Amino acid sequence: MKLFSELISAIEITNKTNAKIEALVNYFKVAPDKDKLWLIALFTGKRPSRPVKTSLMKEWCIEITKLPEWLFLESYSTVGDLGETMALLLPAPTHKLDLSLHEWMTELKTLKSKSEAEKKAFVLEAWSGLDQQERLIFNKLIGGSFRIGVSKKTLVNALAKLTNIDANQLMHSIIGNWDIESITFEELIHGKHINYDNSKPYPFCLAYALEKELPELGEPDDWIVEQKWDGIRGQIVKRNNEIYIWSRGEELVTKQFPEIVEAIRNFKDDFVIDGEILAMKDNDVLLFNDLQKRLNRKNVTKKLLEDVPIGFYAYDILEFEGEDIRQHSFETRRGRLESVFNTIALPDHIKLSFLVEFNEWEELYNIRNNSRAINSEGLMLKMKQSPYHTGRKKGDWWKWKVDPLTIDAVMIYAQKGSGRRSSKYTDYTFAVKKDDKLVTVAKAYSGLTDKEITEISQWVNKNAIEKFGPVRTVKPELVFEIAFEGIALSNRHKSGVALRFPRISRWRKDKPVEEIDTIETVKQLITAP
Amino acid sequence: MSAEKKLIKFTEKGIYCPQGRFYLDPWYPVDYAVISHGHADHARWGMKRYLCSDDSKAILQHRLGADINIESIPYGKEIKINDVLVSFYPAGHVIGSAQIRLEYKGYVVVFTGDYKTQPDFITVPYESVKCNTFITESTFGLPIYNWKKEEVLQQELHNWVKANQTNNRTSVFLGYSLGKAQRLLSLLEGCDDIYVHRSIYNTNEAISSSGIKLPDAKLWSADLDKKTLQNKIIIAPPAILGSRMLKRLPNPATAICSGWMQIRGNKRWQAVDAGFAVSDHADWNGLISAVKASEAEQVYVTHGSQAVFSKYLNEIGIKANELVTEYGDEALAKAESENEKAITE
Repeated sequence: MKLFSELISAIEITNKTNAKIEALVNYFKVAPDKDKLWLIALFTGKRPSRPVKTSLMKEWCIEITKLPEWLFLESYSTVGDLGETMALLLPAPTHKLDLSLHEWMTELKTLKSKSEAEKKAFVLEAWSGLDQQERLIFNKLIGGSFRIGVSKKTLVNALAKLTNIDANQLMHSIIGNWDIESITFEELIHGKHINYDNSKPYPFCLAYALEKELPELGEPDDWIVEQKWDGIRGQIVKRNNEIYIWSRGEELVTKQFPEIVEAIRNFKDDFVIDGEILAMKDNDVLLFNDLQKRLNRKNVTKKLLEDVPIGFYAYDILEFEGEDIRQHSFETRRGRLESVFNTIALPDHIKLSFLVEFNEWEELYNIRNNSRAINSEGLMLKMKQSPYHTGRKKGDWWKWKVDPLTIDAVMIYAQKGSGRRSSKYTDYTFAVKKDDKLVTVAKAYSGLTDKEITEISQWVNKNAIEKFGPVRTVKPELVFEIAFEGIALSNRHKSGVALRFPRISRWRKDKPVEEIDTIETVKQLITAP
Repeated sequence: MSAEKKLIKFTEKGIYCPQGRFYLDPWYPVDYAVISHGHADHARWGMKRYLCSDDSKAILQHRLGADINIESIPYGKEIKINDVLVSFYPAGHVIGSAQIRLEYKGYVVVFTGDYKTQPDFITVPYESVKCNTFITESTFGLPIYNWKKEEVLQQELHNWVKANQTNNRTSVFLGYSLGKAQRLLSLLEGCDDIYVHRSIYNTNEAISSSGIKLPDAKLWSADLDKKTLQNKIIIAPPAILGSRMLKRLPNPATAICSGWMQIRGNKRWQAVDAGFAVSDHADWNGLISAVKASEAEQVYVTHGSQAVFSKYLNEIGIKANELVTEYGDEALAKAESENEKAITE
């Protein structure tokens, strides 16, 4: 496992994607065939199911180290990762086990069906035969994520660099159906098991944020305006009775959205359509927070399908019956899209992105400001004559988002982050005034610089009330401006309101806690839909 | 009321000995300060009179000014201050670091300052001292902190330098100028030519002036050309990260050397190429063995994981209490490192 262990060390130390790619390429150059396949499987969610329960591993670790449970948990909350905590707590190895990644994975696969006693014997033997870093990896191989920032895209880029094969094709190859026991590395990367002609996507056309006044765009009549939906951009490729969904991150996400695939099957024509994947219930678009529950799931359960149904708003058509029509004007393409959508009776969750009717630019200000009421994040302005560009091009497409709402709130709890951030307090809970008390309004973790986080962490260490566990109650003293995209009344929140996408916009060192918002002023931000 | 309560008092200015009328590592100016070692959170400016170990004297003068009123005694020698017997015992933390032993009417208190029980290649090894009251630090007071043997660390550092050289990279080790820098020098000696930042160079000069022999290290000065430094070893304080001086180096690979590097998340926190868990503090087993060896009936736990460590000690039958001090102040260490950077920038 030495090679794999070195690869993980090399990847986890760097935050530069190129260095990660370099390390992966070096690994692919020297690793045995089966190890390479396992690496790809592990980083694309094709790992076998967990053979040993975490709770058992924790129990065995406590038994070996003879530590009180509270001290084990205290260690865990400092490290922020269970597999790593156990690797650090266990005593030094007594002998040396040297198995390849493939051999370990094969062992782990057979472990699943064994008795608890056999599992324990196997795990304890492994722990006493591996050094700290290898032990960590072993714990991760059993289950859990490496959290080292290797996305499918990074993996694919490394493979592309190694082989000069088109990255999207590689993406389809590694995502496609393959079995480690019956494929070679060469066969996999050359896509022996797939038909890339059927899945090949186009690069997305992206818009810049609007940076001028509307009248400077020219005649309103030269433009088409749509809502800017806040989901994930998706490209649906339908060719020869096969359907693929690509995300903007150039990942194949077909399996995550079965209800879209089912609906698209009803079309007779072949096409490539660009649009937005959204959480949608009874014709209403739900919050992005809801959509998130559906993302990156290995299994989409029936309950999840019911709780968070998915819908699709179609924006554009790039290919029709095998012909690339991206150079046609947007107006023409939109016409084609409408006629395609007219060929079948559309189910409720597959929609044409509706156009915003307007004659004068001024009318758009109000419409944009009301976007929040329908969970849209603003407007998209597209020139009628624009082709479907590759990537971002200034001038033809503009996004015009609503300004975020902001409040001033005080930090009341701080919690350590995980992974890279496990040593610092990075997750904070904020409150506003309610009479003479404080009431929680938001939890947020993004938006501060590393330097600010370090400063806050030191402050938390000195001003925390608790001494144990991961959460610290702090003196209500530090004031922050919290930005968010929307606000609604909510029964589930003690404050009576739910904020959408709260994040820290800045640290208000200039503001004393007496000047934070009250729950009444916060509620005034709610606009009736 | 036990005798110890009379011998040491925890005051706002620091730990005070009323019979001796002196303070131990005080954080506010006082008349008489007995100092464990030269780090800024323990040896502060502004005391009317200082007492330290012989090996710390030149370091304190270098850091606090040549004109301070300072006396020193060798490890193990006892002197009487008013009615209290005071002596220093090696703490194994940095060069000159000492535990301070106080004795009054047969009652003994040991204040460890910072310490490390595991021997290294450069400091006088930690020596256990029996006492009634033991005041211990707890910087790494969690069982996840267990240091590797010095020989294993040495091998790891050498391997990293070799790997960097194969890739035509200059190895830059980051560590504070007092303590970590000399430790790294001893670990890297014989690997290749070593250059040190001016703040370390000056500290080394001060240490050498008191007769302590350090491994050879040249000054890393701005006028050295890139070719000279290519593939060599550099030791610099952490504040150098992001500086122009670092950017001028040919293809540098940077490594933070600190006990905190034991945790993966901490390595990734700063944009460096490697992190080595090289610490000048006792690890978990070191802390426990030191407490047990002291045979103290009362333990006070200062800076670090004082809540966790004292709770654990009580659970294993050792009476321990937390003690809030101003040691281990990260902000102070950082300010110190910034000053080090300012020397050359």
